[in-house]
Amino acid sequence: MDIALTRQWVQAVAEAMDEHKDRLTQLDAAIGDADHGANMNRGFSAAVTALDTFEPESVGQLLTKVGNTLISSIGGASGPLYGSAFRAAGKALTTPEPDAAEFLAALRAGLAAIQAMGAAVLGDKTIVDAYAPALDAFAEELGAGGDLAHAAARAAKAADDGAHATIPLQARKGRASYLGPRSIGHQDPGATSTALIFEALAKVVNP
Amino acid sequence: MKKFLNTPESVLSDALAGMAAAHPGLHVDQNAGVIRRAEETRVGKVALLSGGGSGHEPLHGGFVGTGMLDAACPGEVFTSPVPDQMLAAAKAVERGSGVVFVVKNYTGDVLNFQMAAELAADEGIEVQTVLVDDDVAVQDSTWTAGRRGTGATVFVEKIAGALAEQGADLAAVAGIGRRVNEASRSFAVALTACTTPANGKPGFDLPDDEIEIGVGIHGEPGRHRQKLAPAREIVASAMDAILAEPALADAGQVIVMVNGLGGTPLMELYVVFHEVAALLADKGAAIARSLVGNYVTSLDMAGASITVCRADAELLSLWDAPVNTPALRWGL
Repeated sequence: MDIALTRQWVQAVAEAMDEHKDRLTQLDAAIGDADHGANMNRGFSAAVTALDTFEPESVGQLLTKVGNTLISSIGGASGPLYGSAFRAAGKALTTPEPDAAEFLAALRAGLAAIQAMGAAVLGDKTIVDAYAPALDAFAEELGAGGDLAHAAARAAKAADDGAHATIPLQARKGRASYLGPRSIGHQDPGATSTALIFEALAKVVNP
Repeated sequence: MKKFLNTPESVLSDALAGMAAAHPGLHVDQNAGVIRRAEETRVGKVALLSGGGSGHEPLHGGFVGTGMLDAACPGEVFTSPVPDQMLAAAKAVERGSGVVFVVKNYTGDVLNFQMAAELAADEGIEVQTVLVDDDVAVQDSTWTAGRRGTGATVFVEKIAGALAEQGADLAAVAGIGRRVNEASRSFAVALTACTTPANGKPGFDLPDDEIEIGVGIHGEPGRHRQKLAPAREIVASAMDAILAEPALADAGQVIVMVNGLGGTPLMELYVVFHEVAALLADKGAAIARSLVGNYVTSLDMAGASITVCRADAELLSLWDAPVNTPALRWGL
């Protein structure tokens, strides 16, 4: 993973958030407060703008910058959660241009940051339900000798499956939790935006 | 959607510009996303700072002024503000004695204020947080994000604000804020859903003849839906939930707020207050002070919330202390 590719990833995430903002907002309207699409779009478009004038020396610096920008621009729960994830991923990287295994470790640090902050576990109907299976698939592919492109593709698929798998779940964290059983039958917007982030990664590393 | 908007995107900045023009006692910094008192407070005063998503006006910006908040940070509609806003606000209003954050219990608000508190600590500003979680409609707090912060926020900001104005220290101001929260419980009923400018249509579907019992201030559903019923019956079920709380078990002196959610006429709020008063009288509770009006709204939602705070002489005296804000003003 190099700096140029990471830039492209952030750009691709911003494009995906713009393209899917109405869908994310509709998902959020069903079980939250109908602002997830607008918030994610605002955050990642701010991240792209911030990167325009930023010349990082490492992928880690770039990801940290993205995280700080998300925290400063999204608001809601998504701002601190996604922002901390990118920050933690950035700070976990010790080499300027990590290999696939180091990049996986950084993504793991991101998930750990989200779980430390939001205290969500698998099955709570949150970001974690897409993020955790994505990392498992990523790790499995690397373990089987796959490269970054294949690992990212498998991760994207697993994240998307994970997001769909939130439909029958009852939310236990965040604003959707107030719905109780009525949160069942709706796909979680946070898990959905996470799937978009992994899908964007798969796209840029597998052109 | 029929709303007074220029564009949905500009609703917050246009509204803030209007607040600044209407209330010379406020200084509105659009870039920083901070509403603060125009007049500097004295050195040594503990600063009281709150914030949250917009769409609940007059909460919080309408409560900035002498005897209440020093600053408020408005987020986007129904979206918590970002830590940079709270940090900028804290730096602008702290006078060397620390800052109290009044935070309503929603995941987004809690996380952003927590990050702001860490950033403020890095800058040498001492912060204490008062978490408001008064909404008894949330029963199963083990499997949810916990009771939500609603109407009691007004009581916390008024009473803690009065104590800060009198020169109390950081621990005392935060302490009384927590005490008010512990003594207060709220319950809300929605007659209609609300429409955010960005979404353009109602946040949830509520048939014409149904109401949502225990709704949250962003339209989060509550305990259940039922058919519309006489006000007496609706209020009785809300008051049952409130008075079942151990914090309000003993009858005594109470402060009561009947709050409109944005789309309900004051006349109906008085109908609600009449029922609340009758039920409290049955319990042997005395209404020592009251507020009836729109204080914590949910955009255009029709409905009302009821907040009851068990008050002692100290809380009542702080309640009566002078306050001069756009939305609350007395004792001057």
